[in-house]
Amino acid sequence: MSEQENKQSKMVGKQSIIFKDPPCIIAGSSIAGKKEGEGPLGSMFDLIQQDPMLGKNNWEEAESELMKEAVEKVLQKAALKSQDIRYLIGGDLLGQLIATSFGIAEYEIPMLGIYGACSTMGEAMSIGAMLVDGGFADKVLAITSSHFAGAEKQFRFPLDYGNQRPYSATWTVTGSGAVIITDRNNAKQNNGEKMVVIKGMTTGKIINFGIKDPMNMGAAMAPAAYETIRQNFEDLNIKPEYYDKIITGDLGYVGKNILIDMLKEKGYDISPNHMDCGVEIFDKDEQDTHSGGSGCGCSAITFTGYVLKQLREGHWNRVLFIPTGALLSQTSYNEGNTIPSIAHAVMVEAV
Amino acid sequence: MGNENKGNLSGVMKEQDKKTRDKNYNQYVKQVTPKFSIFNNCVKAFIIGGFICTIGQIFTNYYISMGADKEMAKSYNSITLVFLSVLLTGLGLYQKLAKFAGAGTLVPITGFANSVAAPVVEYKTEGQVFGVGCKIFLIAGPVILYGIFTSWVLGLIYYILKQIGIV
Repeated sequence: MSEQENKQSKMVGKQSIIFKDPPCIIAGSSIAGKKEGEGPLGSMFDLIQQDPMLGKNNWEEAESELMKEAVEKVLQKAALKSQDIRYLIGGDLLGQLIATSFGIAEYEIPMLGIYGACSTMGEAMSIGAMLVDGGFADKVLAITSSHFAGAEKQFRFPLDYGNQRPYSATWTVTGSGAVIITDRNNAKQNNGEKMVVIKGMTTGKIINFGIKDPMNMGAAMAPAAYETIRQNFEDLNIKPEYYDKIITGDLGYVGKNILIDMLKEKGYDISPNHMDCGVEIFDKDEQDTHSGGSGCGCSAITFTGYVLKQLREGHWNRVLFIPTGALLSQTSYNEGNTIPSIAHAVMVEAV
Repeated sequence: MGNENKGNLSGVMKEQDKKTRDKNYNQYVKQVTPKFSIFNNCVKAFIIGGFICTIGQIFTNYYISMGADKEMAKSYNSITLVFLSVLLTGLGLYQKLAKFAGAGTLVPITGFANSVAAPVVEYKTEGQVFGVGCKIFLIAGPVILYGIFTSWVLGLIYYILKQIGIV
């Protein structure tokens, strides 16, 4: 097969990729905050940090520490050293990705920083899988994080300011999740556990349906998730039943319902197998989180803590993981702009 | 979700014109997004806001009984309420009260004090000048600016009216 054919053969439909020899996710780590640890998925996380400051001086350093711990844990689980990793692909919500830069500096891994807001985990895994499949790296670490207080400070109000959050608002997850992606030769299969591979992906476009309210991100992001999921079905010529689970990142209760209804309009019923990480991660009545969890960490730790486990243990075989991101900034909001959104779908399968 | 919402969404999805689509989508989102009950919020704001004002009246009466004249007692009262609000903000309690009370804690002077104290707590990690100094009026700034501007405009109107002999 010539190189040209090799390249073309992986493109499917308009904006999807299917790998011939799918890269493997050999390990995942999840570091969660206290509130996340008290939520329904609490027992699934590797480590729960009770102190929101993590013994540091400020929120930004605390988030970096989350990332540092996530890298340490994932390397430990994969029985690798930082020198073994060829690329680190990561990002976070803070301006100029400072949580990532400061958090991972000491590991000295060649790094590509990315910004996809809360869709970052999907973007990092997509790029990581492509690097591995393309032969540019044998081991890639994909990572992201978010911190409730850091995100509130950057995007909303100081924490102690007395205001009321509307029901459509989401609660930024404090946590960091990391995965290591390798080629098949570097993946060892554990006894009785299935191998988890990245089968393919559908990369999202910027979608903007004119929502301006940053307290209703679910409504802003639902059309982006809809577009990416529909495109995935069309590119691969499959129906929703192909997947055991279709897992969106942080649409929350408001966005989840909109997404399901939008896909129904196009003749796809995902309601039996849809799950949203933002809905799963908190108990909205007990934990007062309104529309659900959000932030890069939301989909990342739900994926690494919960979804990977379900795949390994064979409860699910095919999963479409679609972290969703709202790409607004305080400046764009102040200047009266609407919220551009994006969603990246990663096809994760147990083999 | 009722049928009329579904119909609406289908209209959104079929719409070719982006502006109309966005407008329709915003209307649809408005329908499907849960909202606070305005009545409940008003009742809560009335009770807590009234409670804060009652405390203020108690302080004022106390200072008068201590021998202050009415104007002085009012000033002492403001200082006391501002102090209590800042203290509660620092202890992380004012936010909890505000979550329940809404405008009830926003409108009294305690709300203003909270809006000045909260950025101090948040930004002290960025230093005394660029953190606290630059960010202290992050929320209160517009209130101060437009408050002063409005009183200047009113003063000007008063002056003109006085000059032409109306007042």
